[in-house]
Amino acid sequence: MTIGEMLGIVLSLGGALLALYIASKAYTAAYAFHMFVFALAGFGGAFLIFKRYSTRPAFTPQEIDGRPNYNYGPIKFTSLAAVFWGIAGFLVGVIVATELAFPDLSMGIPWLNFGRLRPLHTSAVIFAFGGNVLLATSLYVVQRTSRARLAGELAPWFLVLGYNLFIVIAGTGYLLGITQSKEYAEPEWYADLWLTIVWVTYLMIFLATLWKRKEPHIYVANWFTLAFIITIAMLHLGNNPAIPVSLFSPKSYIVWSGVQDAMFQWWYGHNAVGFYLTAAFLAIMYYFVPKRAERPVYSYRLSIIHFWALIFMYIWAGPHHLHYTALPDWAGTLGMTFSIMLWMPSWGGMINGLMTLSGAWDKLRTDPVLRMLVVSVAFYGMSTFEGPLMSIKVVNSLSHYTDWTIGHVHSGALGWVGFVSFGALYCLIPWVFNRKLYSLKLVNWHFWVATIGIVLYITSMWVSGILQGLMWRAYTANGFLEYSFIETVAAMHPFYVIRAMGGGLFLIGSLIMAFNFYKTLASPEEAGAPEAKPALAAAE
Amino acid sequence: MIDHKHQDIDAATGTATTGHEWDGIKELNTPLPKWWLYVLYATMIWSVGYWILYPAIPLPSGATRGILGWSMRSAVTQDLAELRADRAPMVNELNKSTLQQIASDPKLAEFARAYGHSAFGVNCAPCHGANGQGSKGYPNLTADRWLWGGTLDQISATITHGARYGDPDGHQGDMPAWGSQGLSKQQIDDVANYVYSLSNKTTDDVSAGKKVFADNCTPCHGADAKGNPDMGAPNLTTKIWLYGGDKDDLIQTITYGRGGHMPAWGAKLDPATIKALTVYVHSLGGGQ
Repeated sequence: MTIGEMLGIVLSLGGALLALYIASKAYTAAYAFHMFVFALAGFGGAFLIFKRYSTRPAFTPQEIDGRPNYNYGPIKFTSLAAVFWGIAGFLVGVIVATELAFPDLSMGIPWLNFGRLRPLHTSAVIFAFGGNVLLATSLYVVQRTSRARLAGELAPWFLVLGYNLFIVIAGTGYLLGITQSKEYAEPEWYADLWLTIVWVTYLMIFLATLWKRKEPHIYVANWFTLAFIITIAMLHLGNNPAIPVSLFSPKSYIVWSGVQDAMFQWWYGHNAVGFYLTAAFLAIMYYFVPKRAERPVYSYRLSIIHFWALIFMYIWAGPHHLHYTALPDWAGTLGMTFSIMLWMPSWGGMINGLMTLSGAWDKLRTDPVLRMLVVSVAFYGMSTFEGPLMSIKVVNSLSHYTDWTIGHVHSGALGWVGFVSFGALYCLIPWVFNRKLYSLKLVNWHFWVATIGIVLYITSMWVSGILQGLMWRAYTANGFLEYSFIETVAAMHPFYVIRAMGGGLFLIGSLIMAFNFYKTLASPEEAGAPEAKPALAAAE
Repeated sequence: MIDHKHQDIDAATGTATTGHEWDGIKELNTPLPKWWLYVLYATMIWSVGYWILYPAIPLPSGATRGILGWSMRSAVTQDLAELRADRAPMVNELNKSTLQQIASDPKLAEFARAYGHSAFGVNCAPCHGANGQGSKGYPNLTADRWLWGGTLDQISATITHGARYGDPDGHQGDMPAWGSQGLSKQQIDDVANYVYSLSNKTTDDVSAGKKVFADNCTPCHGADAKGNPDMGAPNLTTKIWLYGGDKDDLIQTITYGRGGHMPAWGAKLDPATIKALTVYVHSLGGGQ
């Protein structure tokens, strides 16, 4: 037994006993439940490590016949977890969208009210679906582009299982009413601590794999992933320092207060968009688009310049979420101007994604997976233009607090993050399971159903948001507000219905995808290894 | 990064690659698109200009103010001042005139209703509904039935001083909880039957309830059960009910009593707003 295995068993059992002790003294039943989940995970972890030890070969080779012995196990797990969490998150999204149109839908059941389900939706799609997609793709890409097996044997499994344990704790917590009420950072102190341990493991695995790479240079996708891992660690620690009421209570108080807390929150919130939903998914784009198109990346120079410009500019942009609040004017100015300067660095990624297809545009007709990837880049371009526009103070005075913001977020979330993830999964799952994708025709169906859903969603929210903003500021000829708040709410109803239908179509698309994957994995037909073909024939 | 000796040219674009390959992926060495670079520079120059014109650079005490001297707070103060100046002539008229004068002057009344509608949406709609239609426990203001009277002066007094809200000039007095103050279950059932019969056709014998009513309820609701706006005692002979007119609702009301609160807005709203609200509510359909 290796030192790592022994340490793993001891820490798992020790953690499980600690969790049981806390559960026995917990102030609330919900917290005791969470500690039981941790204890179960600890005992399960110790058992799995021991079981693996008793069946594994004496040592795992780094290479077999001169080829890297890639570690696909954790990638298989996270890619399937992504499909599962995606469907769960989209479903909750459709439910909350329908609740907004028909508020009585929760039937007075506290677990189903909008306030609890909304963070369940956002966390499930961003952290559970998006997170598992990112783990799957980043662990795959770093191995393939470094020509090296993933660093560590237990650590990658700890990472993927530990991350999903965090998801379970966070999600069940929202339903049970455990939240620190910070948007996109709702989990309480103990979940945050757990995520910190998991995230540091991620960073170490990633760095160690890069360290032992067999390629002279680090591929651009890995720069983006590394920027994502490091910045998310910084954001998580910056936004979440809290003092627990007691070891035995889930409640804690954030050390920041007032406008400083708001500023930290949106520094975190906006850079979660910037580094999680943008940089990390650009890493997917930089590998899967050229790979699928079988074309070289359009411009190496552009990739360098837009990478550094993007990460430098993004970190300043957060204050644009707090225009016309207690935030000082100067901070708002910086947030707004850096958002404007961010426009071109963001578009650098779009140009590199779209122009990589030069010489291969015809493939869009025949390959719906590539079409999905390319349309995702187009949505990326659209929402990274819309974002700077909305950050301008005068535009923001109309758009802020309206559904326009929701529409903007979803053109990025459904169009960009969703589609680039689906495109990557359609490539990745057949590759790592060594199966041929069951049906491209179903991918085509997924593409069109989901695209119509996105169009319904974002157009209804644009109309609703702008209408809402105009109604709020409408004055009569006598100089009085024309509408009461409730009248503006009533006016939103038809758009909320259309939005829920759009979300429903997007959900149906993902169910088509899940069926396609089910048939793919159930079939015994093996696919050829992806490395068979070179991306580019040299023109010598 | 370019290996010039062995330049690798991509056939489709004629552009050289950087000479590296990762898992089958190469990169072209295409220069930065000119338009991209120029737009990036333009946004930077624009931003620097904005920093000079507006508050931007934090300093040990405060921040640079910018050449234009703009601030969020001064901008909103200015907007509000302009709005007030726009309304001032008419608001002055409201302040000078009595409620009756306002209601009888078409121009002034129209202004007061517009003003009142806006103030109603912000302050009153949460309880009384966007159109004053009310809901259970919150009176309907569009019907010609008034707990505390529906003349301009009575409405104004109710808005200014509220009901059971601690204002000594406000409306006082609850409907007693008869379940703990002398009526038996049977008597409550009887009197509920009687009150029910006042606004519904019924063939039941309600004489027992009529006697209970005469012995206990007439001081406030009157012998004819038509209520008394001086005491806030509602008319029991119509189908308009604040807390519901079913037998069960009536039994609950009689057993446990009632006494809703309405804030005293005189402490919060200025006299012109209260006048406007009075005229607006009076015009909703039930003004007396």
